[in-house]
Amino acid sequence: MSAPLSDPALAALRHRIAAIEGDPAAPQAVLPFGVAEVDRRLPKGGLAVGCLHEVAGGGNGAVDGAAAACFAAGIAARLQGQVLWCVTQADLFAPGLEQAGLPPDRVIHVEAGDDTAVLACMEEGLRHGGLAAVVADVARLSMTASRRLHLAAKGSGTTGIALRRWRRQAEASDFGQPTAAMTRWRVSVLPSAPLPVQGVGRARWLVELLRARAGESFDIELEACDGTGHLGLPADVAGGSAATAGRRAFG
Amino acid sequence: MWPVDRLRRQEDAPSDRPLVLAGRIGNRRVLTAVEAGLGLQVGMPVSKAQALVQGLRIEAANPQADLASLERLAFWVLQRIAPIVAVDPPDGIVIDSTGADHLHGGEDALLEALTGRLALSGVTARAAVADTWGAAHALARFGGDLAAMPPEALRLPPSVVAGLRDMGFATTGDLMAAPRAPLTRRFGPELIRRIDQMFGHASEPIDALRPAGLIETRRAFAEPIGAAETIARYIGKLVTALCEELETRGLGARRLDLICHRVDRALQTVRIGFAVPQRDPARLTRLLCDKIPTIAPGFGIEIMTLTATITEPLAARQISTLAPEAPDLSGLIDTLANRVGPRAIYRIAPVASDVPERSVRRIPPLADPTNNGWPDHWPRPTRLFARPEPIETMALLPDQPPVWIAWKGIRRRIKRADGPERIFGEWWTREAERIAVRDYFRIEDEAGERLWIFRAGDGEDAATGSHNWFVHGVFG
Repeated sequence: MSAPLSDPALAALRHRIAAIEGDPAAPQAVLPFGVAEVDRRLPKGGLAVGCLHEVAGGGNGAVDGAAAACFAAGIAARLQGQVLWCVTQADLFAPGLEQAGLPPDRVIHVEAGDDTAVLACMEEGLRHGGLAAVVADVARLSMTASRRLHLAAKGSGTTGIALRRWRRQAEASDFGQPTAAMTRWRVSVLPSAPLPVQGVGRARWLVELLRARAGESFDIELEACDGTGHLGLPADVAGGSAATAGRRAFG
Repeated sequence: MWPVDRLRRQEDAPSDRPLVLAGRIGNRRVLTAVEAGLGLQVGMPVSKAQALVQGLRIEAANPQADLASLERLAFWVLQRIAPIVAVDPPDGIVIDSTGADHLHGGEDALLEALTGRLALSGVTARAAVADTWGAAHALARFGGDLAAMPPEALRLPPSVVAGLRDMGFATTGDLMAAPRAPLTRRFGPELIRRIDQMFGHASEPIDALRPAGLIETRRAFAEPIGAAETIARYIGKLVTALCEELETRGLGARRLDLICHRVDRALQTVRIGFAVPQRDPARLTRLLCDKIPTIAPGFGIEIMTLTATITEPLAARQISTLAPEAPDLSGLIDTLANRVGPRAIYRIAPVASDVPERSVRRIPPLADPTNNGWPDHWPRPTRLFARPEPIETMALLPDQPPVWIAWKGIRRRIKRADGPERIFGEWWTREAERIAVRDYFRIEDEAGERLWIFRAGDGEDAATGSHNWFVHGVFG
């Protein structure tokens, strides 16, 4: 898939489509993950800055959203500036976020009463323009709402991350509904890296890119964020194909 | 009582001698205010009080100073609690809490917060919430049922109260049952008016306290207005005038009150606050206009006033093009705070405590950076439950992680575990924590889910905890 992405004819076509869509001609900034296996498969080699992205947890993570929150915190940590984090239930643990690379001084928490208020606060944060990223725990995200958020993010250059988190496992099927988000990620926990001694090693995730505008979806097994928000490629996977490793671990 | 509390607050070295205030009625010296718990009463001759209580300190009553001081207290309430506050002499403050109680979490929470803060500053206060000024006045002073209030609760001159007592009226219920015309002929219209005001049959507007120097703009309309766009337009005009006034004085507003007087003499109020002093008309107008849906114009609004209730100096600031400035987030914080409430927007700061739920505290979003974090030699979960959830386990005592756990009816086999991390209770905070212990484990089940669980107790001594197991958090 990597060869056609760098095709100049396709690049020119993309440029024209972007012009028709009303995007500014200047190339959009991207935030690379720093893992070549991931960046190679993302359009323009990274996560688009100034767009809306969706992240959800897989399995039980759809309800507790712990791995997804870590993933989002890692992305926000690698951007420069303050981060606004809107929630309905305040169960984020700041020491845990700090270990994912996001120190407490950089996060402003907003506790809104319901989903509508969370979306309103998120949009307000995205429109302001002085923030690095806005993360919001959202359950339902309609096409209209996501479009508003995406336009707000585009207008100001602030990255928006909708952390999809549901009250019940059954509601997670909502994640299949279309939204205007640039990318849609699912992060599921995997058994940690084996250690030669007793204990729990560095956490591992199955990171699935379910949907990407102008890009291909893929899944890959990665090591969780370190203290600076960077993901890692597991040593035992780095040699082989990531896609088969992910399937093996998931099935 | 207020005059005594006032003197007590003003004295430098608190003395524990009982304090009373004395004034003159005719040629008698009587007590005008007493401290609670002395067994003395207002109106008692001073000589009798001196005979009853040893070591009594007697000060001269000073009603003017009491009133001035009460006005200052009312202004403090105005700045913090509600936009419409007035003095109810000699010892009361009346607050119109319409549109302000939800900011404090409801009427009960408002009362508790208010009396608590007054008690902390040495003022004993009783408070009541009622639909009318008269009823609240009576309930705060006498309590109980409105129909069983004594005539003193009706805010009448002493001569009228004495006359009612002479005629055998002991409660408001008796007065309500009596025919009105003879009462009016004997005591004047005041009596019936006060009863009607208490039960809400006659209106009683509160003449809001407006101390000198308060920055206020006001606009009266020839025709009452009601449409949202019209209100928005006049808010813009009021804000512009207010900001000009603020600029000439070099001030910025921290709190704004918009009061709309309706044609039916009801008031609608809007209160907004700012994280830092502001006098940018566009920003103030926008925040006020966000609140227009909460204004019920009824048959129309006659007068609108805009008051800067709390102001702070706001001087011009030198900016530099050499060093890039951090983006100004105060506008965003204000918008969000006025939407979700100021307490729902915060940053987290570390606290030096090993107990996880005590290791964080909330600080204002624009507070200075603390520049330190938590020690990171142990992994911490991303999500921490407000209340640890009990689980069933099978584990070897004293220090082995569980072999399996059952949480929410699902049994999980534990593949890997880290721990124990022993956390001792903070014996200096509570007696119950003197020897309490929690042993935390980080566990991973077959599917790879990582949980933070703990056992209450050290696994050997039952005095250190119940030895039950709990889930406290989820790792990413």
